[in-house]
Amino acid sequence: MMSTYTEEDLAKNLEQQEYKYGFTSDFNSETIPVGLNEDIIRLISSKKDEPEWLLERRLQAFRAWEEMIEPEWAHVNYEKPDFQAISYYSAPGQKKKYESWDDVDPEMKETMKKLGISLEEQQRLTGTAVDFVVDSVSVATSFKEKLAELGIIFCSFSEAVQNHPELVKKYMGTVVPHTDNFYAALNSAVFTDGSFCYIPKGVRCPMELSTYFRINEGGTGQFERTLVVADEGSYVSYLEGCTAPMRDENQLHAAVVELIALDDAEIKYSTVQNWYPGNKEGVGGVYNFVTKRGLCEKNAKISWTQVETGSAVTWKYPSCILKGDNSIGEFYSVAVTNNFQQADTGTKMIHLGKNTSSTIISKGISAGQSQNTYRGLVQIHAGAENARNRSECDSLLLSDRAGAHTFPYIECKNSTAKIEHEATTSKIGEDQIFYCQQRGIDEEKAIGLIVNGYCKEVLNHMPMEFAVEAQKLLEISLENSVG
Amino acid sequence: MEVVVDNKVLEFVADFKKPEASSEVRKQAMAALSGMDFPTTRVEEWKYTRVAKYVKRKYKQVQATVNVEDYTIEGLDAHELVFVNGYFDEAQSTIKDDDAVSIQKIEELNEEYYSDVVDGTEENVFSLINKAYQTGGVSVVVKKNKKAKHPIHLIHVVDGEELIANTRHFVHLESGSKAEVVATFHSKNSTNSFTNVALEGHVESNASLTINKLQTEAKDVLHISNEFFVQDEGSNFLINTITTGGILTRNGLDVIVEGENCHTEMNGAYLGTENQHIDNHTIIDQLYSNCTSSELYKGVMDDKSSGVFNGKVIVRQDAQKIEAYQSNKNILLSKGANVYSKPELEIYADDVRCSHGSTIGELDEEAVYYLRSRGISEANARQLLVAAFIGDVLEKVENEALRAYIDKLFLTDFGWEF
Repeated sequence: MMSTYTEEDLAKNLEQQEYKYGFTSDFNSETIPVGLNEDIIRLISSKKDEPEWLLERRLQAFRAWEEMIEPEWAHVNYEKPDFQAISYYSAPGQKKKYESWDDVDPEMKETMKKLGISLEEQQRLTGTAVDFVVDSVSVATSFKEKLAELGIIFCSFSEAVQNHPELVKKYMGTVVPHTDNFYAALNSAVFTDGSFCYIPKGVRCPMELSTYFRINEGGTGQFERTLVVADEGSYVSYLEGCTAPMRDENQLHAAVVELIALDDAEIKYSTVQNWYPGNKEGVGGVYNFVTKRGLCEKNAKISWTQVETGSAVTWKYPSCILKGDNSIGEFYSVAVTNNFQQADTGTKMIHLGKNTSSTIISKGISAGQSQNTYRGLVQIHAGAENARNRSECDSLLLSDRAGAHTFPYIECKNSTAKIEHEATTSKIGEDQIFYCQQRGIDEEKAIGLIVNGYCKEVLNHMPMEFAVEAQKLLEISLENSVG
Repeated sequence: MEVVVDNKVLEFVADFKKPEASSEVRKQAMAALSGMDFPTTRVEEWKYTRVAKYVKRKYKQVQATVNVEDYTIEGLDAHELVFVNGYFDEAQSTIKDDDAVSIQKIEELNEEYYSDVVDGTEENVFSLINKAYQTGGVSVVVKKNKKAKHPIHLIHVVDGEELIANTRHFVHLESGSKAEVVATFHSKNSTNSFTNVALEGHVESNASLTINKLQTEAKDVLHISNEFFVQDEGSNFLINTITTGGILTRNGLDVIVEGENCHTEMNGAYLGTENQHIDNHTIIDQLYSNCTSSELYKGVMDDKSSGVFNGKVIVRQDAQKIEAYQSNKNILLSKGANVYSKPELEIYADDVRCSHGSTIGELDEEAVYYLRSRGISEANARQLLVAAFIGDVLEKVENEALRAYIDKLFLTDFGWEF
């Protein structure tokens, strides 16, 4: 006889499921004292051997940050981090940069293996260049030479500061200025490392560029800085994925990602986020307060795709500023919250240029006692003739203690615009499950099928290599319940 | 919510007539006001509506009489209650013979019952000013299991310069009763006035209340209205809001559903021209299971006008089997017009079917072309399309006399025919 698997069972499974990637690696880290003041910033800057102008920018950001108040408008509750109790710099113990793969700390290799992203395998099988970041400093960069042939720069942010200061100076802070918001200001003051990517004019990047982030040191906030510049007529697909080991205290992650797509360029930015979400009592977990924004010049296109399954508190809105005429912005998102997770996420589409268009597809799934909020802004400015927007936000509820909220902001100042927004909130249709069961698919598989189908629209927009991982993550999130 | 900078509110009310000290309700409202300020656009609920310019004015409370013949509705056959500048004009009011309805002045309302019912509604600075300094209003009680024989027509007129009309009404439908309230707002020879009205009510179990609201003041009147309603089990509440007047109109509509099997319906049509700003703000708070709600707001914005819709549906934990629907559609007729739409769903229960939709666009050129190819002039074609668009909402007004009055109004104001 077929076991009866109900939605309640699924919900129960979701609640009980422990964090899969919870383990801690034990290699030497160099950590500076806790606290935040101008001296600490000078120390970070000097440790990284930074030029004077960058230190000046950091200090400027710090002074702006001091004047700011932590925002409270998001639909989340959490204990505010004590910014003086965080150590703002942590680098793996080795001083030397690796010459080859063999030089890399074996324990770190092990870490990557557990994450299922073994570098060798990736190099051999997928042809993906991986810039692996452990606690703020890039330790391995592969395929660099191949990319260099095409003139593509893909390196850690600090390397970019050393080797391409003119590009960093020109573009950094142009999309997310240091005064943008509380966490962006904090990041601009104390960011330690991240990735930098530049695609020259007319070049189509032959491979997916990817970075794996991982928080590895208890009590260190991670402040990543990513800058992707696609010059005229170029194309790049950038992947970012995160997993973090189990920790009891809350860890703060306040990254800034800036994308710049010049005329006719296209950037595809995909994220899988799986930071530690806290245990099933809601203890611990990562605070993920990220500022992500892209700027589109003429005929340019930026596409954000994200699968969010982790973090105790997520607060992020990958946005597109559609400045150039005919530019396109896209946002595809799946957000899964479970236990006591809270997510307030969505996007902003700012239409400035003529004939600009944007698409928003957001899928939220809430289980346990989690709160999942979509918050999005569509803004059509007076000069944006013939702007077009379509938004779809669907929420799926798997538990009677979970919450699903939709807060769209639609602002239109041009009469030629066409804007459509629709949102639905419901639980899995019992008739759909019944239909599947009737055809011999058991309830567990049916729920899996429906959830997968529900997210398909978003997952289809991920690059192939990444979609596999994203699907794996969703499977883990719905473990023991989906086939 | 509001942050105190300096006490602009106390300054605003300084010249108003001090209410008699015996009223607990007024006293509480005055106490609450002392810690408040007028909302700025930094306050989320007022993000798109700026009142600063209007609350700087010094409004006066002046009693007056005007001939209200122009404002009565032919064929409505209603209890007519007239309020001029916020004061009840008993002489011009007619209360018909109706054993189902008892109408009293608001002062005669039992304060204890009243504060029990409205406890928990979200007050704002304008509703509190109204509560503390109201100059008139009525309390309408519809008796148990009876149907009001006549609609209750509340006629509001402002006449004069820079004056404030603080009217406050309370509508109480006892269980199983049924009534229709028509509230109309007009202005006569008035410049820069302020209508600050509050309408509260309690719809007891299995009762059914329909409100039709018509705002047609001159295009320099500030109109802020606050409606708070509580619904008991099995009750029906329907409100249709039609707005064409006022320089700045803000409708705050807050319904708390405190029983199962209720139906709540809100419809609105707003037409902005010149520099008008029309803001519809709604909250439906579902506390119990098996309720349905539906919202349909349609706006047509011309010239440099702005339309705002902010609707919120809250489904509390354990309020299962709720079906809620929100729809906001807007047409922009001119380059300078703006629309801000914010339909919100806040859901804490899982077995629900909630959805919302929002659209903004201009008139469909293909539809215009289609009509023109059939010999209809461009102006007529556009008029026809707009009328059809807004007609969806006007259709919700079932009272034929009122509907005829509204049609006439649109014909004289906009040249539209339905």
